Amino acid sequence: MEFSQITISAALPEFILISLALVMVLIAAFAKQSETDGEGSIKMVRTLSLLGYFAAFLALFSVPDGRVVLFNELFAVNDLVIYMKGLILVGAFFASWLVSEQWGEGVDRPEFHLLVLMAVIGMLLMVSANNLISLYMALELQSLPLYVVAAMRTSSLKSSEAGLKYFLLGALSSGLLLYGASLVYGSSGSTNFDAIASSLSGGASVGMIVGMVFLLSGLAFKISAAPFHMWTPDVYEGAPTPVTALFAIVPKVAGMTLLMNVTYSAFGNITDQWMQILIALSVASMIVGATGAIMQQNIKRMLAYSSIAHMGYALAGLAAGTPEGASAVVIYMTTYVFMGAAAFGVIMTMRREGTPVEKISDLAGLSASHPLLAAAMMVVMFSMAGIPPLAGFFGKWYVFLAAVNAGLIPLAVIGVLTSVIGAFYYLRIIRLMYFEDSDAPLDDGASHQNRLVLIVSVGFILLFFFGIGALSQEASSIVSVYF
Amino acid sequence: MISSWPLLSVITFLPLTGVLFLMLIRGNEEAIAANSRLVALWVSGFTFVLSLYLYVGFDPEMMGYQFEERADWITGSGISYHLGIDGISMPFILLATFLTPLSILASWKSITHRVRDYMIAFLVLEVMMVGMFASLDMLMFYLFFEGVLIPMFIIIGVWGGAERVYAAFKFFLYTLLGSVLMLVCMLVMYQMAGTTDIPALAAFAFSPEIQFWLFLGFFASFAVKVPMWPVHTWLPDAHVQAPTAGSMILAGVLLKMGGYGFLRFSLPMFPDASEYFAPFIFVLSIVAVIYTSLVALAQSDMKKLIAYSSVAHMGFVTIGIFTLTEQGIAGAMFQMISHGLVSAALFFCVGVVYDRLHTREISAYGGVVDAMPRYAAFFMFMMLASVGLPGTSGFVGEMLVLVGAWEASHWVAILAATGLILGACYMLWLYRRVVFGRAEKPEILEMVALDRREVMIFVPLTILVLWFGIYPATLLDVMAYTVSDIMANVASDLSIQTVMR
Repeated sequence: MEFSQITISAALPEFILISLALVMVLIAAFAKQSETDGEGSIKMVRTLSLLGYFAAFLALFSVPDGRVVLFNELFAVNDLVIYMKGLILVGAFFASWLVSEQWGEGVDRPEFHLLVLMAVIGMLLMVSANNLISLYMALELQSLPLYVVAAMRTSSLKSSEAGLKYFLLGALSSGLLLYGASLVYGSSGSTNFDAIASSLSGGASVGMIVGMVFLLSGLAFKISAAPFHMWTPDVYEGAPTPVTALFAIVPKVAGMTLLMNVTYSAFGNITDQWMQILIALSVASMIVGATGAIMQQNIKRMLAYSSIAHMGYALAGLAAGTPEGASAVVIYMTTYVFMGAAAFGVIMTMRREGTPVEKISDLAGLSASHPLLAAAMMVVMFSMAGIPPLAGFFGKWYVFLAAVNAGLIPLAVIGVLTSVIGAFYYLRIIRLMYFEDSDAPLDDGASHQNRLVLIVSVGFILLFFFGIGALSQEASSIVSVYF
Repeated sequence: MISSWPLLSVITFLPLTGVLFLMLIRGNEEAIAANSRLVALWVSGFTFVLSLYLYVGFDPEMMGYQFEERADWITGSGISYHLGIDGISMPFILLATFLTPLSILASWKSITHRVRDYMIAFLVLEVMMVGMFASLDMLMFYLFFEGVLIPMFIIIGVWGGAERVYAAFKFFLYTLLGSVLMLVCMLVMYQMAGTTDIPALAAFAFSPEIQFWLFLGFFASFAVKVPMWPVHTWLPDAHVQAPTAGSMILAGVLLKMGGYGFLRFSLPMFPDASEYFAPFIFVLSIVAVIYTSLVALAQSDMKKLIAYSSVAHMGFVTIGIFTLTEQGIAGAMFQMISHGLVSAALFFCVGVVYDRLHTREISAYGGVVDAMPRYAAFFMFMMLASVGLPGTSGFVGEMLVLVGAWEASHWVAILAATGLILGACYMLWLYRRVVFGRAEKPEILEMVALDRREVMIFVPLTILVLWFGIYPATLLDVMAYTVSDIMANVASDLSIQTVMR
């Protein structure tokens, strides 16, 4: 293995975060003697991880242009990967930034930030994976810390249940994925994506297709696409809210990029084979996401279904199998990160007498007691419903455009119809905030840190139409690596 | 000097400066409320004055679009920031900028809580309405067309009546469902033509088979907006629950978005399908005219009655558009503008007495003329305009539509004309029950006469309705060229198709 200049600069973000993780392990291990020290170390670890995300983000700019293959072709970095890593780091920054030092819910430990950091490293490696083995390793590096943080609220039965459920189903999906990978390896004779792609130039054997189906199922679990979504509502509800925020914002981006990598580069020659799978996943997710959310009482649970629906829309773009489809996914995931950050910026402000609340009905009368917060939430909800001129609309526009261009008009029609069903439950939140009164208003105001996230993300959603031209050009230029 | 400005953009986005001002207002609740009203009135009034320049500077004999603005938006994709007006969009822009200050004035006293939010919603609504009529890019059109839902949903839901939540949801979801089907069609058109520029799309020849589907998609959206029978059921709910000013804008401008859409998209872009579906639309429109008139007869709620009468009047508009004759289209346009003014005034009539007695039940009134003679006069004038009395704007539109319809099919004209009779029935009966009769209830006699603010709202509306009735050329000349242009395109497309067959 050689460590050339290029290798180092291409993997610099990961190097930074890994070295930081090592430092944080030491801090977490040694600075927990007393109560006061404990608090100090949480603060230190949190600050360090935020700085780490920031530094890693800056380091992305040092990555050389074009496609760079690293470490015996285990990883490949290209413009798309760099963009998605940037998105992951921004999302991770938001998610960590939102967690105050004394949040409660069992996340007031230095280990929390450490585990999140490790998961983020896993995600960064995931998106640049160019080999089935590195893919699996990165995926597990991402998943294992997330299993732990989901169960971090040890005093809560729901949190433990969430962690356990997530772990068991996650292990099952990893098994599926591994089995699929072995079949693919058996048929193609290699675990390298490029080698798999070239072995498929003459069509696919049955073993290869079965392996691909297993592989895609495993990945569908990670992005919680229906029918592999069962864990999502329970985990979102049971996990401590900062963990839910993390789940909602970041891993889906990594999972979607990985899925894009696998389908477009490794299986790029058999588009017609995986297209049907993705269409089925997309339709199922859109329907499950739209209908499942209607009856929910818990806002985290509702957003779980909402994220399933969002994955369905993004998959509709991916299913097109065209450059437009790929760039639509890039645009969609970009808007998704900011909408998720904004939504949780509001949810993590919802407190009554100091304790976090998470019932949808707790939002009642928010517009009277917290006008700006309610306005922010309204913008997010309309955006998630895909109402123009907000960011969410443009995500949907590009996704459905790609679907229509690929001749998948029925998929686009199902998509827009489910978005109308989806609009119902987003409107329900607005109704509670604006049309109803509450006798027990929430605590005063957002903290400064939440406010910053809200200003940035809501501003992004509101003013998105100014930047859509630049973003769509950027997106179509970075996805050209596949075509 | 003023002609070198990007005047359309300025008019479209000027109300946003008012929104900004409103957000900056500080002070106690009363001061905020008082200042919000003033800011909103001044900003919308100034917008109206500016928009008058569109009328003054408009050259009715020029082909194509005027005051055009084009800027790069999504580079290299055929999607651009493109604004412009022609003879059919200019009157609507004026209608929107004219009705907005009036409706803000109309809610001066009736809206007492959250005045600032209310005014913000109205100004945002104005941006969306004007932007929609001024857009010459399909994606921009859609942004504004759908964007209207956001402020209107809030207006109905927050300041509406008892059943406001149900009405707001019904309004939003109904309209959204229609619009998303149009969205899919827009995507298909964009894919085929490679551009979302409306003039370019109008010149693009879609094959008749594709037109068939595209027409249906657009129809789903516009028919809900117009609204046509049987997708009109959201309208009575929305109108009854909306605050007075919300109803004024809803009936005055938002309903016209459907008719405008037919003229801007369906006719120029899908001429074959328009011809093919014309009988179908006639049937729906005639059902609307007759059936909703009968339903209006049975209403006991004043607002609901006027809401149903709107459906009937808009039935005339759709008949006029799909006669595919110059008279019919001009009549439909005229009818839309006239209905915009008259229905806004009628809803305000209801609002005036509602503010005093807090009920919309017709049976609660009777003999209002004793207490409010001037109100009775204004109400009568608007009622007669709605019925289509010669000398009012209502007559001209209906007359032209019927002339066009006679050319298209005698039966359509005859059946539509029965709607006129029914219209006279329910309006005159409503008027008799509310205004005439002996004022038996003491609270009727105690009703306060119209104050200056209310007169100030009625007078401009009355003048315009009368003016358009006496001298319709003011309006007809403006749109004549555009209408004949649309007709010429449709006719040439159709004749080419016939030759090819």
